[in-house]
Formats: sequence, C-alpha cells, structure tokens
Amino acid sequence: MSQMPKDGSILFCGVGGQGILLASEITSYALVAAGYDIKKSEVHGMAQRGGSVEAHLRYGEKVYSPLIEPGGADIVVAFEQLEALRYMPYMNKNTNVVVNTQKILPPSVATGLESYPEGILDRLRENGLEIHAIDAFLVAGEVGEPRTANMVLVGALSSFLPLDKNIFTAIIQDRVKKGFVEVNLKAFDRGRELTGGKT
Amino acid sequence: MSDSGKLLMSGNEALALGAYEAGVGVASAYPGTPSTEILENLVGYEGVYCEWAPNEKVALEVALGASLAGVRALATMKHVGLNVAADPLFTAAYTGVRGGLVIINADDPSMHSSQNEQDNRNYAFAAKLPMLEPSDPDEAKEFLKRAYEISEQFDTPGLLRTTSRVAHVKGLVRPGERAAAGVEPGITKDPRKTVMLPGHARLRRVEIEERMGRLRELAETTDLNRIEPGSGTMGFIASGVSYLYVKEAFPDASVLKLGMCWPLPEGMIREFASGVEKLYIVEELDPFLETHIKAMGIACTGKEKIPSIGELNARTVREAIMPGTSEAASFEPVDIPMRPPNMCPGCPHRGIFHVLRKHKVFVSGDIGCYTLAALPPLQAMDTCVCMGASVGIAHGMDKALGAEVKGKVVGVIGDSTFMHSGITGLINIAYNKGISTIIILDNRITAMTGHQQNPVTGFTLSGEPTTEVDIEALCKAIGIKNVQTIDPHDIPTARKVVQEELERDEPSVIITKAPCVLIPEHRNKKRARYFTKEENCVGCRQCISIGCPSISWVPLTPEEAAAKGYKEKQKGHSLIDSVICDGCGQCFHLCKFDAIQKEEEPA
Repeated sequence: MSQMPKDGSILFCGVGGQGILLASEITSYALVAAGYDIKKSEVHGMAQRGGSVEAHLRYGEKVYSPLIEPGGADIVVAFEQLEALRYMPYMNKNTNVVVNTQKILPPSVATGLESYPEGILDRLRENGLEIHAIDAFLVAGEVGEPRTANMVLVGALSSFLPLDKNIFTAIIQDRVKKGFVEVNLKAFDRGRELTGGKT
Repeated sequence: MSDSGKLLMSGNEALALGAYEAGVGVASAYPGTPSTEILENLVGYEGVYCEWAPNEKVALEVALGASLAGVRALATMKHVGLNVAADPLFTAAYTGVRGGLVIINADDPSMHSSQNEQDNRNYAFAAKLPMLEPSDPDEAKEFLKRAYEISEQFDTPGLLRTTSRVAHVKGLVRPGERAAAGVEPGITKDPRKTVMLPGHARLRRVEIEERMGRLRELAETTDLNRIEPGSGTMGFIASGVSYLYVKEAFPDASVLKLGMCWPLPEGMIREFASGVEKLYIVEELDPFLETHIKAMGIACTGKEKIPSIGELNARTVREAIMPGTSEAASFEPVDIPMRPPNMCPGCPHRGIFHVLRKHKVFVSGDIGCYTLAALPPLQAMDTCVCMGASVGIAHGMDKALGAEVKGKVVGVIGDSTFMHSGITGLINIAYNKGISTIIILDNRITAMTGHQQNPVTGFTLSGEPTTEVDIEALCKAIGIKNVQTIDPHDIPTARKVVQEELERDEPSVIITKAPCVLIPEHRNKKRARYFTKEENCVGCRQCISIGCPSISWVPLTPEEAAAKGYKEKQKGHSLIDSVICDGCGQCFHLCKFDAIQKEEEPA
C-alpha cells in the first residue's frame, strides 16, 4: 500500500430509497479488497422513510471513529442536489464533490410551503468547491437501466480513490444480482469516465 | 489481501454470528431500532431457534426459560424495550441461569429512531448485573461469546450494550467456530433458586452481593479491560464507541479501555489515575463511569466538559478537552428546506389521519410509522409516549374530563404495537366502563423497524405460516361490543364510521385493515395509478393536504394561470407523479372537481 493515500473519508448522502446503502457497500468491499481497514456508519429506522439519508465511510490502515468530522470528507457523493447543500459542512476546499443533478422535492416544497433553492451547483462552486455534476438518471437510462443510477455515481467517485478499476469490476460481479451485472458494469464505467478516471 | 478470512459486517450481523459461535440455542426478541437485525440475521444460522415475541418482557422470559433448561439463550431489544423487560430482568438476577443468558441492549444516543435517550448502563448498576460494552463489530462478536462464559461461570444473566454507532457500523470481523454446549440441557428442579418466594429471594439476595464481589475481581483481571499506555500528561477512561473517538482525537494519550463497564475495576482505575496528571472520563449520555469513579474518591473530569446530550464524535471530544485545536470547518450549515421522513405513497395510514384532523379530535398516538402523522401537513397526533400508551392515555383523558370530551378523544395504535402493549389497556377500558374509541391500524406487518412478522400476520420469524390473531374477535372477547373493520383507503366510509363510533356512549374499536405498501405481495400486484386532469383542477389543495409524496403543488403566477385557462386568482394546481403513485385512491376520494382520475389499464 506504499503509494496509496494512508486514509480517507467518503460521505454518501441523498434521499431514502435512492440506493445509497448499496453504493456505499460496493465501495466498502472494494476498499477492503485493496487491503484497507474500513468503518462504515449508517442510520436505519425512522430516518429511511423518504427522509435525508447519509452513510459515512472511512478507510485507512487502522480506522477508529466510524464518523467523519465536519470538514473532514475527502469525497462527498450527493445523490440529490439539495442534499449536497445540506451536507456542505462535511466538505472542505479540497473535497471532491460528486453531485447527481436529480431533484427530489422535500414535503414542504411539494406542498407549496417552501421553494426548492435555485442554483445549488453555482452556490457550491462559488464556495470554491470542485463540483462534478452528473445526471446519473440520464446516464443510467443510456446504458439501459435507470435503476443503475447509483452505480454511475460509484463509478464517478471511484476516480478519486487509489483503487484499480478491476477491483470494482470484481466486486460488482460478486455483489450485484445475476442478470444485472453487465448493465451495472457499464453504468460504473460511464460514471468513471465522467470524472476522468482510467477505464 | 491482508485481511483474507475477515468478513465485512455490521455490529448487529456480528452479534448474530457471535450468538451462533457461542452455541446459543434459543433467541427471542421484539424488533426495535437499533437492535432488529440481530435476530433477522441469527435466524439464518443452523441450529438456533429464533422467534419474534410480542414484546420484550415475553422475549426475556422465553430466554430465561431456555436458560433454566440448560440451553444458551439470547434476548435482544432496544433501550426502551428493556424498560418493558425490566420486571423479569431484576428477578432473573436472583434466579441466575443454567445455560448462559445474555440480554443485548441497544441504546440510541441522539435518538435517531427513538422517543428518549435513556442510558441503560444504569440498568446494570440497578439490577446488579455485569455489562459488557464493545466498541466495534469485531469486539461485539467476541464480547458476546465472553458474556456467555461469564454468565455461566458466575451464574448470572449478562448484559451487552451497544449503541447505534456499534450496531449499525460495518467493520471487519474475524469469524470463528461454533462452541459446544457447556451445560447439559434438561429439566432440573431447584425451587430455592428459581421460585422467588420471599424466603428464597432473601437467600439469593445475599448470593447476588457475593457474586458482585467476584465479578469485581474478574473486572480487575479480565483482558476486556486494558490500559493502553501513551505519552503526555492526560489519561482517558472510555468504553464503547467513545473509546474510538478518544483514540481518534488523542491518538498518543494513555487510555483505560473498559470493555466491561459494570462492575468497575477499582484497583485498575486507581492505578491508571495515579499514572496520569489529568484524568478525563469520556462517555456518551449519563455520567455513569464518572459518578462511580468519583464515588471511589478519584479526581476526574467528565460531564463538566463532555456533552451529556446526543452522540459524541472525535471532534466533539477534542474540542471539549482542548478547545480550538480542531481544524476549523470550512462551511456552516445552510438554511434549506428540511427533509423529514414521510409516509410512503399509498400508505394506508394517511387517509385515517386526514379524517381525524377533519374531526378536530385529540389523537392519542403510539409508536410506529404512523407517528409521522404528527408532522405537517397531516398534524393529526397529539401524544406519543411509549408502546401501547395511546390506549391508556385516551381512557385517562376520557375519565378526567367526562362528558366534556365525549367524542373528542381517539386512541390510535398499530397492529404490532397493539399486540405488544395495547391489549391490556383495551381490557382496562372495557372493564372500567370507558367510552374511548380506539383505532387499530392493521397494516399486516411491523413496518417501521423494517417489516417484521408479528402475531397478526400469520407468519413466524423464520417465515413459516402460523395462527393469526383475529383482532376483531379478540376485541369482542375482552368486552368491546362495537368493533368495525374498514378499508382505510375508502375515505368516505372511514369518515362515516369514525363519526358513528365517536357518538357512542360505549367503548369502540375501528380496525383499519390494508397492507403496508412495502409488503412484496402488494408491491408486485398490478394496479391502476391515478393522474391529474389538470384542466379540472381549481387549486383547492384538498389532495395536497394529505401529504402524499406523489402529489405536488405547482405554483402559478396570474399570467401563467390565465395562460392555462384558469382564473387569474388561482395560485396553482396539483400534479400527480404517476411513476411513484401507488394507486391507493385516497386523493381521488378527496377531489370534488374530477381533477384526479384513474388510469384504465393497470401498469
């Protein structure tokens, strides 16, 4: 592991039902396969019913705390635009931020009591953050299965990890339901290309 | 790969593996976040009988029975579940065990999915029982096995405490072999030990004190507790996940890690304290360790600096002890619309709360997905305290205010919660001539904790068909004469039936029976969805008022309204997202303008 960064923290955030746990799971297995210790923290139960969902993934030679500190995320993957803004306190100027441009209206917006903030990506960029905006649904649709949007995002974040693409390929082959492996691999590749990763 | 052979597991998955490796033969539980997945995983292992009990008290009694039969037994529950099981717990401390007996208790600091933030380490102190506290999944598995050894060696039930950040954290776990039983299973009669008549209990009472003495000796020598020498003048005492935050925040400091958080190793603590200049106790929630360490006359700093509310993290710990030493955060939280959890599209609970809101009744609520009805836009719940409380609270209000509140108070409880603790409250209403109306929301599953079977669903934890409690017959058998079962999606009928029952001078029960939309048999059923016929919408917002995620409000300027052919003053129109619409038809019943219509072909 001599050339690898010693450790890192990845924050996954989005809305319950978007496939965040599977995405964080695939990433976890890839890091473990590369020889890292990992800790991943999730919140279950009430928080899942369409609410804001987060998963903290930390890796290194030996990981203690399961939680990322504010400002401590090296990579943030926001599965929804508004959630990128909500989890900004976990970012710092060097964080690689992958944002799915999908918008899911929170209840107060859907019922007309509040409005969905405009120009979220610009706001993030104005704060000096490097934003990788991806329409994961569109990309997933192009590879033939809209439900692989989460794998597009795993592909996108993989470009910022010191892991060979083959590690992810093996994990996806191992962990994804038979019959969906090919389309998930394609989704992963497209996501990885979009953030400039080697394919 | 340096970690070959290790498994990536959550704390709860690791505890299931630990129970299997420990040779557990019987496990009983009531689901509760963050403990539920332990039995859901354990049921997958060969040779372990697993069941969902109707509540935690029953679960612990079942486990105690198995233990007395000489079989290693497990009961799991969330922190508030141990309140329910506290009755058998305190006296099981007297009877002791035959086969090892462990209770896994999952606390929920920060209340991610709970109604309170109690610190159940206090139960170990109060019930005079040993408690182990792992820091991560690998320790969770190992500590559970150790807990069984301690239980059998010291003839005591053992407690193992997790918190959300142990139960729901994934990490690498080293699997082991399943142990052979340490005790011969069978029936043994020993009434002086297991019949807690006062005369017997007085003898056992003495034994408990002697046992605690022996456990204190164990605490001094066990490798569950260890001193990690470091540099500098500060020393930390911590257990559970707090230990990890200390290691992260102060990697070079000396630490006394307590894997056994009760009883405490006084000698070891004194030795550690004497070797450091400044002693800090880092723990979430109550000053449990701190109080008992201070009672030893040892100077230390704890809650004076460490927050007692909510979870800790490495930053909180670092900043509490050495303010200003963490890297400054770059960004402050932004004020944006919140995204609270919401009932699913097609949820059978939604309509009945819409009806209750329209009736302007006081809704005595309970624990489950339907507690979300307290949030806007439904805002139709006025109390939520503990499992089953809805029934007793409704009756109490009726008795307190008499004719004044006639027809103005309703108790609402889910099927699983009713089985857990609602039945006795309902018997009380019938017996004491109450007049309350209780609505039982029967969605055929324990939904909030992630879909567990219960006595009304007709299936066991292992998926086998079983007898199904007939809620209607049960209510009648205990003396409730007026019991009606309705389809909650049919809002006009629900409205009529609620009105009828509220007017009665007798107690009544309304059972709203429709499956949770996440039950696979329901999900896979083809059914027609609804769509908005926009030209008919007048913007009355009736359909919006039920808060379905598939219906949204599209605001319009006067020009936009006019361009769409609406009156200029129409502020907007509603729009159904047919992709996520579940086809329940509740909104259809609310629309008086034919603006919501059903698709012809099921999709």
